Amino acid sequence: MSAALDVRGLTTRFATRTGHVTAVNNVSFSVEPGRILGLVGESGSGKSVTGFSVLGLIDAPGEIAGGQVLIEGEDMRALTPEAQRRMRGRRVAMVFQDPMMTLNPVLRVGDQMAMAVRVHERVSKSAALARAREALEIVGIPAPAERLKAYPHQLSGGMRQRVAIAIALLHRPSVIIADEPTTALDVSIQGQILAEVRRLADETGTAIVWVSHDLAVVSSLADDICVMYAGRIVESGPAAEVIAAPRHPYTQGLIQSVPSLHEPGRKLPQIPGSTPQLSRLPTGCPFRPRCPRATEVCASDPPDLGTGGRRVLCHHPLETP
Amino acid sequence: MSDTIAADSETLAVPSAAPRETRAVRLRNFWADYRRSWVAVASLIVIALLIAASFGAPLLAPQDPYDMAALDWMDAFLRPGTVGSGGYMHLLGTDNAGRDMLSAIFYGLRTSFVIGLTAGVLALSIGIVVGLAAAYFRGRTEAVLMRVVDLQLSMPAILLALVMVAMLGQGVAQIIFALVVAQYAYFARTTHGAATVERGKDYIEAARSTPLPTHRVLLRHLLPNVMPPLIVVATVQIASAIALEATLSFLGVGLPLTEPSLGSLISNGFKYIHTDRYWLSIYPGLFLMITVVAINLVGDQVRTILDPRNAR
Amino acid sequence: MTAPLLEIRRVSKRFTRQAGLIERGVARLTGQGAGGTVHAVTDVDLAVPQGEVLGIVGESGCGKSTLGRVVSGIYAPSEGEVVLNGQPVARDRHGASQKLTTKVQMIHQDPFASLNPRMKVGETIGEGPRVHGFGTAAEIRERTGSLLEQVGLEASYADRLPHQFSGGQRQRIAIARALAMQPELLVLDEAVASLDVSIQAQVLNLFTDLRRELGLTALFISHDLSVVRHVCDRVAIMYLGRVVELAGAEDLYRAPLHPYSEALFASVPTLGTGRASFHPIKGEIPSPLAPPPGCAFHPRCPMAGPRCRVEVPRLKTPVQGARQVACHLHDGGTQQKDIAA
Repeated sequence: MSAALDVRGLTTRFATRTGHVTAVNNVSFSVEPGRILGLVGESGSGKSVTGFSVLGLIDAPGEIAGGQVLIEGEDMRALTPEAQRRMRGRRVAMVFQDPMMTLNPVLRVGDQMAMAVRVHERVSKSAALARAREALEIVGIPAPAERLKAYPHQLSGGMRQRVAIAIALLHRPSVIIADEPTTALDVSIQGQILAEVRRLADETGTAIVWVSHDLAVVSSLADDICVMYAGRIVESGPAAEVIAAPRHPYTQGLIQSVPSLHEPGRKLPQIPGSTPQLSRLPTGCPFRPRCPRATEVCASDPPDLGTGGRRVLCHHPLETP
Repeated sequence: MSDTIAADSETLAVPSAAPRETRAVRLRNFWADYRRSWVAVASLIVIALLIAASFGAPLLAPQDPYDMAALDWMDAFLRPGTVGSGGYMHLLGTDNAGRDMLSAIFYGLRTSFVIGLTAGVLALSIGIVVGLAAAYFRGRTEAVLMRVVDLQLSMPAILLALVMVAMLGQGVAQIIFALVVAQYAYFARTTHGAATVERGKDYIEAARSTPLPTHRVLLRHLLPNVMPPLIVVATVQIASAIALEATLSFLGVGLPLTEPSLGSLISNGFKYIHTDRYWLSIYPGLFLMITVVAINLVGDQVRTILDPRNAR
Repeated sequence: MTAPLLEIRRVSKRFTRQAGLIERGVARLTGQGAGGTVHAVTDVDLAVPQGEVLGIVGESGCGKSTLGRVVSGIYAPSEGEVVLNGQPVARDRHGASQKLTTKVQMIHQDPFASLNPRMKVGETIGEGPRVHGFGTAAEIRERTGSLLEQVGLEASYADRLPHQFSGGQRQRIAIARALAMQPELLVLDEAVASLDVSIQAQVLNLFTDLRRELGLTALFISHDLSVVRHVCDRVAIMYLGRVVELAGAEDLYRAPLHPYSEALFASVPTLGTGRASFHPIKGEIPSPLAPPPGCAFHPRCPMAGPRCRVEVPRLKTPVQGARQVACHLHDGGTQQKDIAA
């Protein structure tokens, strides 16, 4: 089965005063049509930069230093900038944490959606508006005809995010990259959007990469999970397996840090130390200074263990029960 | 469940923070950023040379232009490069009174710098008080203070300065006063803008809810955080104070020629601009331009460094 | 039973936005109203006994942060009063709040905004005690050092600037600053919300430790139900400015009574090993500029009846149990239009 999105060895670097910092380090993953991949990590893990790198949206002082991004088998990075631009929006689309990154505040929702359609396709304005209306229906917006006439500021935060998702859907892309799209929303609104996104993937066959810091959201939404730490994917696999039996000590620590799994009032198992600064990483395994299982061998680069869809980057992975 | 992560570890094991950053390190980083533009470095060197020349004028200048006794009518209108009766070369020539232009320019620069810096610092202080008070107390205080500032900003600074000088008369103190009145509004508006943003931040709320006395919140918390944009405005305003003073003197309402400033030198030479005695006003004008442009270039670079969008 | 440490007595907080001159002119021409009043907190009555951690939970616009600021003395209440040990926390002076006590301290959400970036950490912590004369300069310096150690940092960090610390470390500094004032009540406004999961666990553990050592009383404001369950003894759930349910954490999480509480619990994604089925609440949170009449939740409530659209439910103890809920379902049903008349 061919993957909608296949990322191989993607590496992104940023130039700083003290030298290069590798924000995304040799990252590989793939998503099949209709599946949702959760890209989980804490701040500075490189999860968002990975999302932007997939679309080629990295500006100086950053640069994509290597790797391939295959969209339905076609290497995005081998294309001309113009061809890449055409690819974005049509076959890969992005949804941001702040929907106002997508929405133009001075245009009516319908006008900007129609414009987005006509950038890539030669259709009449009324046909474009019909497409826009259809997209709003897909994301569960009530009374879509009226919303088309509204300006973005007249919509609530949740509604704006739905419109942003609808815009991403306009060209029926095969891949959507969603960067923390529900982080700024309230739980009740987040619940509504998660339900729509799950239905969307199932019904339209769009492959979705869901970038998030929230393990609970990802575990209930995604089919597969990639856990990122200091720019690398340290563990990946089917969501249920990764959550039930994590193999990387970091993943385990992350899961155990969630308060709802513990008796109220008791102390939580915690990962010591702070999230790493990319400019001051130790040699070898970046999690080494915080890891309870670390030994001298961890000062060398950790091996990629595991098979098939279940991988872990660790010298001393936890045994699966 | 494995035992890898102890639930009740005694130590919280927080790794040490980044190495302590001293003032020297911060200064070094600032300089590293500043150095990136050679134009800005050159401007800084030019300003340093001009300041050295102006404040060292009594030592460097071949002649004291204030000393009427040292002037000789025979030396009037000497071309640049000629040797006069004093036995030294007039590099930039002499004026209609036989004054050595280079000396006059050095002394003139000193007057310009003194006036520009004094007026700038005074205007900055008054502007900070007005802007901070308006931003912190809001309500009626803000409405009254900022409307006055707006009113003043709607008038050209030169007009305001002219009116002030007309009322107060000539002299260094009067000019400074006029410049302060004309310029404090720029500082007040910048302070008000920056302070309004900072006031909304949690650290001000935290200070107020401790509770700390108002003057402490204003001076120890709000003020240090509105300084960066003010430093940028201050450099630009000092340059414009120098230009403003020159304008007033050129118009003949500033300083008399016996107390030469760049403006009065230009004004004096302007009478001869249509003859071939170009050097009387061209050279002081050139120095004025170089001074103002160099200060502005330095201000620009400081703005670039302090802009958080350029942070690395 | 002794009197509670903190009493919030029928507190309301309204914000009135004055329309500008031009706006008023435009409003007159177009026939629309200008300005408006936000009812951020309406008629909240709570008491917190010594040693208790009370959770305040709700979504954006529910007034939980405003309530925290009223309790901290940052805002003066529009109606009612906040009383600590029998003494009011703040008074209204020329329309601004003047705080009267140092015994309530607040910890903010964003540790990157809540520390003065140009003040050394030691000064930030020691400033309040020095201004209020808690000891000599040497005593305060020593105490600052021991506070830093108490929150899991090193005493030598006192002469560093905040930007040299990570988010979690900054939040520890903010906690040390609050503790330096020897408060009787801490108000934590989303204090762990902006931290990474692994760091959040560290700060929650620190809070658990400090609570055990110092017997802290606290108002713990959060939108995160799992965090609240972990640290709070009792929980108040707010919706559009009012407390809709108040119960012991255990009872509430086992069986929420108010339909909103129930729906809120249902929409929280939990860490699980299977695809979850979502049961989101329908509709949107109404604007606090124009809250719906009657029960504010009725437009989204699956159980709403005619009475809910007219009558505001009061926070009452239902037939059995020691908890309180503001819902007609638990107070004679949703059918009657007006039982008081």
